[in-house]
Amino acid sequence: MNKTDAVVVRGLRVRRGSTDVFTGLDLDIPRGQITGLLGPSGCGKTTLMRSIVGVQKVAGGTVTVLGDPAGTRPQRRRVAYDTQAASVYADLTTRQNLRYFARLIGAPREDVDRVIGQVGLDGQADQTVGSLSGGQENRVSLAVAMLGDPELIVLDEPTVGLDPLLRSELWAVFRALADAGATLIVSSHVMDEAVRCDRLVLMRAGRIIADTTPDRLLSDTGTDDPDAAFLALIERDAASADDASTDDPSTSSGTGHAPRTRREAKEEESS
Amino acid sequence: MNGARTLATAGRVLRQLSHDHRSVALMLVAPSLLVGLFAWLFSEQEGVFDQYGGPILALFPFIVMFLITSITTLRERRSGTLERLMTTPIAKADFIGGYALAFGLMATLQAVITVTFAVWVCGLDVEGELWQLGLVAVVDALLGTALGLLASAFARTEFQAVQFMPLIVFPQIILGGLFMPREDMPDVLHAISNWLPLSYAIDTINAVTAGEDGWDVFGPLLIVVAFAVGSLILAALTLRRRTP
Repeated sequence: MNKTDAVVVRGLRVRRGSTDVFTGLDLDIPRGQITGLLGPSGCGKTTLMRSIVGVQKVAGGTVTVLGDPAGTRPQRRRVAYDTQAASVYADLTTRQNLRYFARLIGAPREDVDRVIGQVGLDGQADQTVGSLSGGQENRVSLAVAMLGDPELIVLDEPTVGLDPLLRSELWAVFRALADAGATLIVSSHVMDEAVRCDRLVLMRAGRIIADTTPDRLLSDTGTDDPDAAFLALIERDAASADDASTDDPSTSSGTGHAPRTRREAKEEESS
Repeated sequence: MNGARTLATAGRVLRQLSHDHRSVALMLVAPSLLVGLFAWLFSEQEGVFDQYGGPILALFPFIVMFLITSITTLRERRSGTLERLMTTPIAKADFIGGYALAFGLMATLQAVITVTFAVWVCGLDVEGELWQLGLVAVVDALLGTALGLLASAFARTEFQAVQFMPLIVFPQIILGGLFMPREDMPDVLHAISNWLPLSYAIDTINAVTAGEDGWDVFGPLLIVVAFAVGSLILAALTLRRRTP
């Protein structure tokens, strides 16, 4: 384990209802970078993010964030989280929403105007969020996560439903935050956003199937199109998962985030 | 618990209300309309409104605040804002305290308007001090707020939240001594009524309207306060930072 990593996940197990989402997940996320979390919907991206910010009930394993267990008191000021659906008050104005969260976090008042500018909502600052468009509402929610000076910013599909120009502007903001030293974890299922990340974590069915960089992803799969690269990896994983189930489990679960099947994890658990 | 965050939350809840004029109007005026309807109903019968008007003053704020609080906090749970709050430094007690403070303020306004209306427009005859009647109405509204906050923890949908009303509120009204003096009830029901906070609220109101004072008024009132505070603490304890 690297002491400077922002997030260290070891053997994470999460059950939601009667299904296992994770059966022993391992992951390291370095500081000061933008890590993209990619994968088809339902693969566990949101559950992983919820575990990192400490609102997910976990069945086992450890999640260490900025050196402390996830969700503990000192972290609530250092970690910011934007949920997938806009989690702001529809009956308050943009500014009233941001003022409230700024007061809770203890962020300076000037921050409110700064983040409104960063997400490009100067013209809508005094409109109630309920009267904004869906994309604008999401940006209010995103602005909340940029209040204060968070060291880790966890964003669940922040650019969904936005036009290309706005998406590119927001990615410039994310880049600026990372350059200033913040760690960002951004989930997306738009593959053309993947190339804007420093690092890529690809998930499928509750497992990490690749932990790579955009360049390596393209060269490994021999394509120049992120979409094709992703599909190739998923197909490769589906094939190897079938092989692995007939293998001896001890051979395939070697290094930190090697892919493992659910059966392997279960066998490990029971032995 | 942190005063600044509790106040920020109370301010935020009131600001949300201020954008919803119709809800504010309903909250402030609806109990007066119901009291007026009640007074009109018994206008031909001497003394009936004086007997039941007091307890009614305790009931309506209790019911209205229970409903408003349980639905509002449930909405917060379902919209994802509660989950987001749980990732910020706000303490669970700040969240519950902020709601109690905001709705407590609304309850005070509501009580002042309703008691004023009952006494000056409907001619409610009170032997005791008027401000005591107002105080009981405020405490009852707070009890409604506290139970509403607690109930919302056990409701997954708005539909369930509304269903809690017949379960939590109606038995307290039936056994509270409004329809039948509690002493005349079957022993088992009398014993149950001793464990229901609204019984003590109605005892307090009856003591005020009968012109009693001292412990006859403040004894049962303190029990209602204790129930309200107890529910608030339970509500804060049942709030979970981590959810499945």
